[in-house]
Amino acid sequence: MAKVFLPFQLKQITENNDFIEVKGKTLREVINNLDNMYPGIKDHLVEEEKIKSGLSAICGFAATRKGLLQELEEDTEVHFLPAISGG
Amino acid sequence: MVNVSDSKSYKVVGTNPIRHDGYDKVTGRAIYGADVKLPGLIWGSVVRSPHAHALIKSIDTSSAEKMDGVFAVMTAKDFPSKDNKFGDIGEGTENLKWAQDNILASDKINYKGQAIAAVAARDRNTADEAASKIKVVYEVLESVTNVEDATKKDAPVLFKDLNGNHLGKKVKNTNIAEITRNGIGDPDKAFKEAENIVERTFTLQMVHQGYIEPHTATAHWDEEGRIRIWTSTQGAFDVRGAVTEILEMDVSRVKVTPLEIGGGFGGKIPIYLEPIASILSKKSGFKPVKLVMERTNVFQASGPAPGGTILVKMGTDKNGKIIAAESTIKLEAGGYPGSAIGAAVQCIFAPYDIPNARIDGHDVVVNKPRSFAYRAPGSPQAAFAAETVVDELAKIHGMDPIEFRLLNASKEGTRRADGVIFPKVGNIEVLEAAKASAHWKAPLGTPPKGRVRGRGLASGYWFNIGMKSTVNLQVNTDGTVALIEGSTDIGGTRTSISMQAAEILGIGVDNFRPVVGDTETAGYADVTGGSRTTYATGYAAIKAAENLITVLKERCAILWSIDEKDVDHNEGTFFATKDPELKISFKELASKIGDTGGPAASSGSVDLESGGGAFGTHIVDVDVDLETGKTDVARYTAIQDAGTAIYPAYVKGQIAGGAVQGIGWALNEEYYMSDDGSMANTSYLDYRIPTALDLPNIETIIVEVPNPGHPFGVRGVGEVPICPPIGAIGNALHDAVGKRFYDAPMKPGRILNVLGKIEK
Repeated sequence: MAKVFLPFQLKQITENNDFIEVKGKTLREVINNLDNMYPGIKDHLVEEEKIKSGLSAICGFAATRKGLLQELEEDTEVHFLPAISGG
Repeated sequence: MVNVSDSKSYKVVGTNPIRHDGYDKVTGRAIYGADVKLPGLIWGSVVRSPHAHALIKSIDTSSAEKMDGVFAVMTAKDFPSKDNKFGDIGEGTENLKWAQDNILASDKINYKGQAIAAVAARDRNTADEAASKIKVVYEVLESVTNVEDATKKDAPVLFKDLNGNHLGKKVKNTNIAEITRNGIGDPDKAFKEAENIVERTFTLQMVHQGYIEPHTATAHWDEEGRIRIWTSTQGAFDVRGAVTEILEMDVSRVKVTPLEIGGGFGGKIPIYLEPIASILSKKSGFKPVKLVMERTNVFQASGPAPGGTILVKMGTDKNGKIIAAESTIKLEAGGYPGSAIGAAVQCIFAPYDIPNARIDGHDVVVNKPRSFAYRAPGSPQAAFAAETVVDELAKIHGMDPIEFRLLNASKEGTRRADGVIFPKVGNIEVLEAAKASAHWKAPLGTPPKGRVRGRGLASGYWFNIGMKSTVNLQVNTDGTVALIEGSTDIGGTRTSISMQAAEILGIGVDNFRPVVGDTETAGYADVTGGSRTTYATGYAAIKAAENLITVLKERCAILWSIDEKDVDHNEGTFFATKDPELKISFKELASKIGDTGGPAASSGSVDLESGGGAFGTHIVDVDVDLETGKTDVARYTAIQDAGTAIYPAYVKGQIAGGAVQGIGWALNEEYYMSDDGSMANTSYLDYRIPTALDLPNIETIIVEVPNPGHPFGVRGVGEVPICPPIGAIGNALHDAVGKRFYDAPMKPGRILNVLGKIEK
């Protein structure tokens, strides 16, 4: 089960839990299963089959480079944070 | 250098060889954007808005078009229309209408100096004269140039069609493009339990990266519909991507050649001139067109770092442990949404292990140039605020500021205030190195007459990004290796990348001939930015070298008529594992590649996650003239975790350079805005960056806590050193004069004001 941590504005949809345990072997599966649990939440995270513009998905320690194809090990933490750029 | 790892023995990594680009640069042979000359080259000139906020009512180009020597005139109408589509521009996804309007405004001006139209003519003077004949009718609007004014209820609104996303709520008629919130634990409850609480509000001004070379682009649209672009950029492939998004072309139709770069620091990731030069070239009958930005326009119309306001509140328990933190960060996006707020939010409390935190980020549009990346975007501003409050709390607890930071330091396994858990990081090792440094142990000494001296320190954090890189290698028959990479060489990365391949191949880096290729000869590489190039492109070089060893083992097998699995390689020598007589050096084998299968080449590509975040701590002694308020830096030491320093002299140079830019940010630099929304100090005479005459030698201490995600442990270096200086200088000023500074820059007038010697 992945542990999904959501930004403040989405916690209102997910009953203000600090994190939600969601089944899935890839980020895509986890988001789809999360959407089954909380219908409509996927629209806040995904756009045209990509992580939504301005968001980054941290899988473990760092932002994934594989997007929705990212494989997830058991108990991987997934955080959705504002995207960053470097100088 | 402080090595805290199980030290490996390297032959090349960790040395300081002669840099490959040295001779060309010191002799002036290196080709920069301004040096580009092509047969039939003509010049472009850009018309820019004299107003900070206005509607474009009409543009009359007829007089310019009639001028002798003018080949083409263009406006935004010459670009394909965008209709608020999104596309990949620079380092992320952007609203293409806004991105295009930032290159050439279609209907509205959001900052002074914004480009509106352009001309191509036989020479620069003719182009400038023709540009001056273009008549633009404006409806001038009230401008707003800081976050406080822009967020007032009656503030002029920059975007009528902007849907502000305020913690998930859609809001119209707002200059706040986005409000985000991240955090952990229960800060409200923890603040109630805190023994001491410090809450302060800080302001910072917009600052420029201050690269010496202005933006430049030459473009040639040919009769076959292909565009060739020569430009000064941090990422040729990103220029290609951005140009093709703006012009709606296939990437195969655009070739970008990156030239040597005279500084970038993030500011040469976005594009400004390339699509304009391309369209002018097409409209001129396929003549190559060159554009060079003047310094005034570099300040007014390129992408500086945002100013803003930052509230920081921190609470400690009776032992000095930080148990709660809160921050509201409001950064100026400039004329279009997209400030560095995301990174500011994630960096602000990163050096500390705080169980309860809440961080709100506001992205605020104002009538200033669209802000873009500048070395660790968002982190220096955040560090100024957090490190000042941390220093105050250390004083309240009567603790040494390093001991206070060590008590609260984040480390491997700490959950960051935004929720993410740190992997292996070197924060504690950096603080320990600072504590052990000669500077920290040295007495403060006596300042010159009429001055007071103080010492301060601060820490800072940056992620160090990964992303995509490719390196191609080819063996020459004389034993040298051609290395082709697509990463712009800003800080000496030709050499630091070659060194990693050399270490794997077991040969000297002087045997390498590294070249930065164009988008049709080099493999794909993301921008040189985010402190990623030595990490990610270096990793690609390691992979390419390992693949080359496989190729060369096959050649040995042919040469010796044995199975290739019976060939091995060690430190530049290939040998048969079952016959000690059979061995050959890399150089000798290179001379035989023609007889063993022909050219020997390889490639390596990566797409990496973060290079392992890194911390820095800076110590500074300042002398303050109590009569004039002028501050001189008497001594400065920067300590930083580099993971593994591939080329220590370059690492030190990056650290010193970042520190110097941060010192300028702290003491002098700011966009000084007039009431009409104009920047008043658009030259280096008035926009004061530190020079070698202003500062002492920047002492550097490299700490090496290797990144487990890189074969040699590289973390990245270039951005962390700009994070601590503003806070360190503010804390040193407090030590010197006994007053806190909550506004940057801490210029002489501000110091005298805080000391009560002059009014604001």
